[in-house]
Amino acid sequence: MNVNVQFREDGDTLLGYIEGEIDTYTAPILRDELEMIRLSEGLSVELDLSNVNYMDSTGLGVFVAFYKKIVKENASLKLVNLSSRLTRLFEITGLSELMEIGEGGATNARI
Amino acid sequence: MEQIRKQYKKILSDYIGNQSESDLYIGQNFIKRMIQKNVTPEEVISIHKRALEEIYDDIPESVLHGYDFLIEVMVHFGLKVQEHQALLAKQEELRIEMEIATKIQNLLLENEIPSPSCVDIGMISVPLRKMNGDYVHFMHDDERYLSVAVTDVVGKGVPAALCMSMVKYGLDTLEYANSNPSYVLEVLNRIIEKSIDDSMFVSLCYIRYNLQTNVLTWSSAGHEPSLYYEEKSQSFHDLESKGLLLGILPEAKYTQQDIELNSGDFVIIMTDGVTDFRNREEIDSRQIIKELALANRHLTAQEMCEVIYSELQKLHDFKLEDDFTVVIIKK
Repeated sequence: MNVNVQFREDGDTLLGYIEGEIDTYTAPILRDELEMIRLSEGLSVELDLSNVNYMDSTGLGVFVAFYKKIVKENASLKLVNLSSRLTRLFEITGLSELMEIGEGGATNARI
Repeated sequence: MEQIRKQYKKILSDYIGNQSESDLYIGQNFIKRMIQKNVTPEEVISIHKRALEEIYDDIPESVLHGYDFLIEVMVHFGLKVQEHQALLAKQEELRIEMEIATKIQNLLLENEIPSPSCVDIGMISVPLRKMNGDYVHFMHDDERYLSVAVTDVVGKGVPAALCMSMVKYGLDTLEYANSNPSYVLEVLNRIIEKSIDDSMFVSLCYIRYNLQTNVLTWSSAGHEPSLYYEEKSQSFHDLESKGLLLGILPEAKYTQQDIELNSGDFVIIMTDGVTDFRNREEIDSRQIIKELALANRHLTAQEMCEVIYSELQKLHDFKLEDDFTVVIIKK
């Protein structure tokens, strides 16, 4: 079990492609990866979760902390291509009302 | 040391003389005593070498060099063993501390299941590890109101347990069971938001039950939706809300809704440890819980909780992955 993140810049947008399972053990890896992003005003970060097949509440915590940092820096965050299981997780927790969640462009193909 | 040397030489020469099982046994017991006296592995070999030299005076130099080599190598082995023993001692220390912390948590979070006359309440809460990240808080105002808060702190173990104490004191300060659930969530949210790390949060389902009118008012903050069974229509309803998890936005608002419980109706409140089947996506756990509850609705609320726990544990092959809590309120 592991989690892997790859980034690619596209103008003002930073595309992140996350792959794997996000649980108590892998969440710190993801957190470190996301913390390394140099946020600046106006930057939009789009994270593709199509290959995240499991996430527990610790994983949610990583996204919540990252979202708070994004808001503080006046950047923006969008989570795209969530499985129905993940979509439900974000809905139950009320996070889908807070964060932008949607369909991604053909981001994966270009990474 | 000199005494050990002499004894070892005696045991060794006895063994070499007749190679009997009983001498071997004496030797095995003797090594235990050497361990107790902190004799290191390389010292044992050195004792062995010297004893052999004393018993035989024709041992070739090359064999003795071989022993010298082994003694040097075993120095490192001995160091590693010492390190390992130090770790074991440290681990034991942590285990004792953990045990004390668990006792403190149990005392802090102790809460009796109330038994009002007009409604039946059952609960089961089983921690995955020693300390529980789930917590159920009951309040009961003499036959007027009863309230239940079912909470789940993100994560497991000690960090979750520490955060849970804060939730408990937040709930305690609210004091009365008649507070509006949405108000309770807003107050708790502000307390938690101020005090915890950015990646921590709490999900909570708060239910207030009016024991005179049988109106159940509920509000939820990012919690697994409760199940409401209505006897009249013989169907289940999800008590869904989009309330945000506690501890994320200081100004978060919560709504509350009412349902009236009639005879035969019940509500099941649970944490995500009950519904989450990580490696078996095909399992519709909520459907299974509905079926179990329906088939056992003639039992008491407490018995229903226990059936659900034991059946789901079987489905998990007895390896639960999260703290597990179910509360049932049954009219």
